[in-house]
Amino acid sequence: MLLNRNAVSQLEDVPIEAVKGRSLWADARARFFRNKAATASLFVLIALGLFALFGGLLAQYERDFVDFTLIGSNAYKGVPSIETGHYFGTDSSGRDLYARVVQGTGISLMVGIVGALVAVVVGTLFGASAGYFGGKIDNVMMRFVDILMSIPFMFVLILMLVIFGRSIFMLFVGIGLISWLDMARIARGQTLSIKNKEFVEVAVATGVHPLRIILRHVVPNLLGIVIVYATLLIPSLIIFESFISFLGLGVQEPNTSLGALISEGAEQMQYGLTWQLYFPIAFFVITIFAFFFVGDGLRDALDPKDR
Amino acid sequence: MALLDVKNLSITFETPDGDVEAVKGINLSIEPGECLGIVGESGSGKSQTMMAIMGLLAKNGAATGSATFNGQEMLNVSVAEANKVRGADVAMIFQDPLTSLTPHLTVGQQMREVLDVHRNLSGAEAKKLCLDWLERVRIPEAKHRIDQYPHQLSGGMRQRVMIAMAMLCSPKLLIADEPTTALDVTVQAEILDLMANLQKEENTAIALITHDMGVVARMCDRVAVMRHGEYVEEGQIDALFHNPQHPYTRMLLDAMPRIDRPHEAAEVTLTQSENILNVKDMNVKFDIRVAGGLFGKKLPLRAVDGISFDLARGETLGIVGESGCGKSTLARAVLQLVPPTTGSVLWMGRETAGLDRQAMKPLRKDLQIVLQDPLASLNPRMTIAASIAEPLKTFQAELSSNERMHKVAEMMERVGLDRNMINRYPHELSGGQNQRVGIARAMINRPELVICDEAVSALDVSIQAQIVALLKEFQTDMGLSMMFISHDLSVVRDISHRIMVLYLGRVVELADRDTIYTNPIHPYTKSLISAVPIPDPRIERTRPRIQLPGELPSPLDPGAGLRFLPSKRHCDPNYRPQLNEVAPGHWVAEHDSLEEIMETEARQLAS
Repeated sequence: MLLNRNAVSQLEDVPIEAVKGRSLWADARARFFRNKAATASLFVLIALGLFALFGGLLAQYERDFVDFTLIGSNAYKGVPSIETGHYFGTDSSGRDLYARVVQGTGISLMVGIVGALVAVVVGTLFGASAGYFGGKIDNVMMRFVDILMSIPFMFVLILMLVIFGRSIFMLFVGIGLISWLDMARIARGQTLSIKNKEFVEVAVATGVHPLRIILRHVVPNLLGIVIVYATLLIPSLIIFESFISFLGLGVQEPNTSLGALISEGAEQMQYGLTWQLYFPIAFFVITIFAFFFVGDGLRDALDPKDR
Repeated sequence: MALLDVKNLSITFETPDGDVEAVKGINLSIEPGECLGIVGESGSGKSQTMMAIMGLLAKNGAATGSATFNGQEMLNVSVAEANKVRGADVAMIFQDPLTSLTPHLTVGQQMREVLDVHRNLSGAEAKKLCLDWLERVRIPEAKHRIDQYPHQLSGGMRQRVMIAMAMLCSPKLLIADEPTTALDVTVQAEILDLMANLQKEENTAIALITHDMGVVARMCDRVAVMRHGEYVEEGQIDALFHNPQHPYTRMLLDAMPRIDRPHEAAEVTLTQSENILNVKDMNVKFDIRVAGGLFGKKLPLRAVDGISFDLARGETLGIVGESGCGKSTLARAVLQLVPPTTGSVLWMGRETAGLDRQAMKPLRKDLQIVLQDPLASLNPRMTIAASIAEPLKTFQAELSSNERMHKVAEMMERVGLDRNMINRYPHELSGGQNQRVGIARAMINRPELVICDEAVSALDVSIQAQIVALLKEFQTDMGLSMMFISHDLSVVRDISHRIMVLYLGRVVELADRDTIYTNPIHPYTKSLISAVPIPDPRIERTRPRIQLPGELPSPLDPGAGLRFLPSKRHCDPNYRPQLNEVAPGHWVAEHDSLEEIMETEARQLAS
C-alpha cells in the first residue's frame, strides 16, 4: 500500500488539463452559425414570422373587405401599387391581396408548426416507449402504426372534411393524425440503440422507474434527431395543407392559406393578372426553402460525428 | 546508418478551439533489425508520430521537420511517392484487426492486392506467396482460411492475417500501433512471440507503439517514453527499467500493476460466516440463431454454465477470464439485469432470482455497478451532478434539492472531483474524471456490494492506479464488498482477496490472491498467468511461457467444455468438469495433465 500511496500522491501532481466548459448545445449552435445558408434562412424565417404576426398592421384594408368598385376593372385598377394601398394588388373579388397573404402565411406556418409539434410530442413518446419496452408491447404498438400508415390518408382526410365540415380545426386534426407516424418510427429506431447504452443499464441497475428512464435518459438523447426531423417535416406539412387547400377542401373563405391563394391565382393567370399568383407563390417558396435550409443546418450541427 | 531517421518532427492540428500541438519537435531513429518501443499514455502523440511518417495524418493536421527512411524523405511528399515506400518497405499494423481488414474481400484477395500493387505479382505465384506467409504466421488450415472473409476469423487470427499482409513485401520496418491491445492476454502472448520471431528471422525493424510497459519489457531493445508530445526519456531497455531517470518514467513503472508484486488489497476483517451473497449453480442461456433450415435454427449458448460462489462482507472477489467467458453476463445475472435461466442467488439470505422489477427495487439500493466505458455509462445530456444525484432521487426521495446537492458535492469531493465541476457535462471531462463520477454515483447510497465490470480497463495506467486506490479506500471506509471483473490478471490481483478464473462460463479455479499466483493448478490458469507481461525485462525474458495449443473454441461447440479434460470426451461429451477442493479454499476443476491435453490436440490436428 505504501508504494501505491506514493505512486498515487505523485500522480495527483500531474496537472489535469483544464477543459473548457462547452455544452453540447453551445457546440451545436457554433456549428449552425458557421453554415451561412442556414443562418440566413433562420433570419428569413424570423422575418416571415414577424410578417405573419404584425404585417396586418401595415395593411390599408381588411382582408375580407370587398372593394366593389374594382370588380371588372381588376386588370388595371387592382395592380400592385403603393399609392392605392394595395401593395400586392387585389384578388379577383377585389380584396386586398397583401392582407390575405399575411393571413395565408400565418395559417400555413401554423399548420406546419402545430403538425410538427404533434409529431414531436406524440411520435417521440410513442416511439420511445415502444422501443424501450420492446417485445410484445413494441410489436403491438408498431403494428398499430403500420396499420395507420397503410390507410390512404388523403382519402380519409377528404372524407373527414366532407363529413365534419371544412374548418381549420378539422384540418389540424387530420394533419396531426398523420404527422406523428414517421416520427414514431424514427424515435423507436433510435431508442433501440440508446437503450443498450451503458448509462441506461446503470439507471436500470439503480432502480430508476422505466417511465423516468424514458423521459430522462432516452428522450433527451433523441432530441437531436427529432428536432432535425421536425424542421424538415414542417415544409412537407405546409405543402400538404396547400395541396388540400388547392383542391378546395382546406381553409374556408373568408379565411385563406397560401395554398388557397395560389389556387385562386392560378385561375386568374389566363386573364393576365399574374401578380395574384406571384406573390403567394413567392412567399410559399421562400418559406419552404428557409425551412429546408434550417433543417439541413441543424442536421449538420447536431450530428456528433461531425465534431 | 539508421533505417528511419526522424529529426525535429512537430505535428499541429487545427481545431475550432485553436491549434493543438500534438508532437513538439522529437528526434528518433531506428536501426535495421531493432525493436524500438514508444510508450506513453493516451494523448501523448505516440501514434500521431508514426501516422505522420506514414503520411496518414488527418486533414487538419500538419507536420514539420524531417523524416528520412533509407535516406528518402517521407514527410509531406506526394501520395504517389509515399506509396512507393508505404506497404513495401514500411508496413503498419493497427490496433483493431476487425476494422483494418475490408469486410467484403476474402483474406486472399486482400493479400494479393498488396502483391499486385508493390511487386506486380499475380495469379498462382501470388497465391503461393500468400499461403506461404499465412503458414509462417501459424494460421492453422491456411489453405482453407485464405478463401474466408474477415468476419469468419477470430480476433487473434485477424491480427495474424494483418501481420502476414504487412510482411508480404518483406518490409524493412514494421510499425505496430498497439497491435495487441484489443486482444486477450493469451492471444497477445502468441502475437508478440510471432512478431519477435519475425524480427529475428527477417531482420525487420519494429516500431512498437504501446501503453503497456509489460509488452515493452518483453519485446523491445530500446524504449522512448513520450508525454504531451515530447520525449521525456529514451534509453536501452535494461537501463530504463532498472534505473529510470525521469520522474514520469518512474511513475509509469510504479503505477503499472504487477502480477508478481501486487499492491496490498484493502484491509478488512473477513468473517466467513457472514456471507452476503451466495450464488448456487447459476445458468444463463441465450438462444443463438445459426444457419440451417429455412429460418435458421436456435442453439442454446450457455454464457454462464453452473457457477457457484459465496461473497463475504467486505471482501473483493476478482473474476478473470478472456472474452466470451461469461464474466459480464455473470455480473448482470447477479444484479437481475439479465434473468438467470436456472439457479439461485441469495442476497443477505433472500432469494432474488426471478424477482420482478417492483420486488427487486428496494434491493437495488445496496447493489451497484460500475461499467467499463466511463463516457458511455453517463447520460451525455445530464450534468454530472444530475447523474450522481439520480440514485438519491430514487431511494431518498424525501430529500430536498438543497440537501441532495449538498450530498452530491460532498461525494464529489470524496472521489476527488472539484466541487465547482457540478454543472459540467461528461464530454467535458477526461476518462478518469468520468469514471470517478461513475463511482460517486455507485457509492452515494452507501451500497453493500459494488460490481466493477472492467471498471479500469479503458483507462491509462496512471489513472487506473488512482481509481483502484479510490475503490480500496471506499472499501476500507464503508466495509463494502466488491466483485471486480477484468481480463487483466495483474489488476485483479492488485485489488482482490480471492480470485475466480472463468473459462467458457465455468469456474476452472478459485483461490485466494496469492495461492492462485504462486500455486496455480489448472492448466488454463497457468497459461493465463504466464501470458501476462511483467514490466521488468530481466524477469520477463527468462520466464517460461505455457502455451495452450489451438484457438479458444466457440462456446457453441459442444466439445468446448471438455478442452481440458479430453479423456472424458469419449464417454460423455456433455460431461461438465467438477470443482474439487485441493486445499482449504482452493478449488480446481477436473482436468487432465498439460501433456495429455497437448497430445490430444496434436492428434486432432494431425487427423
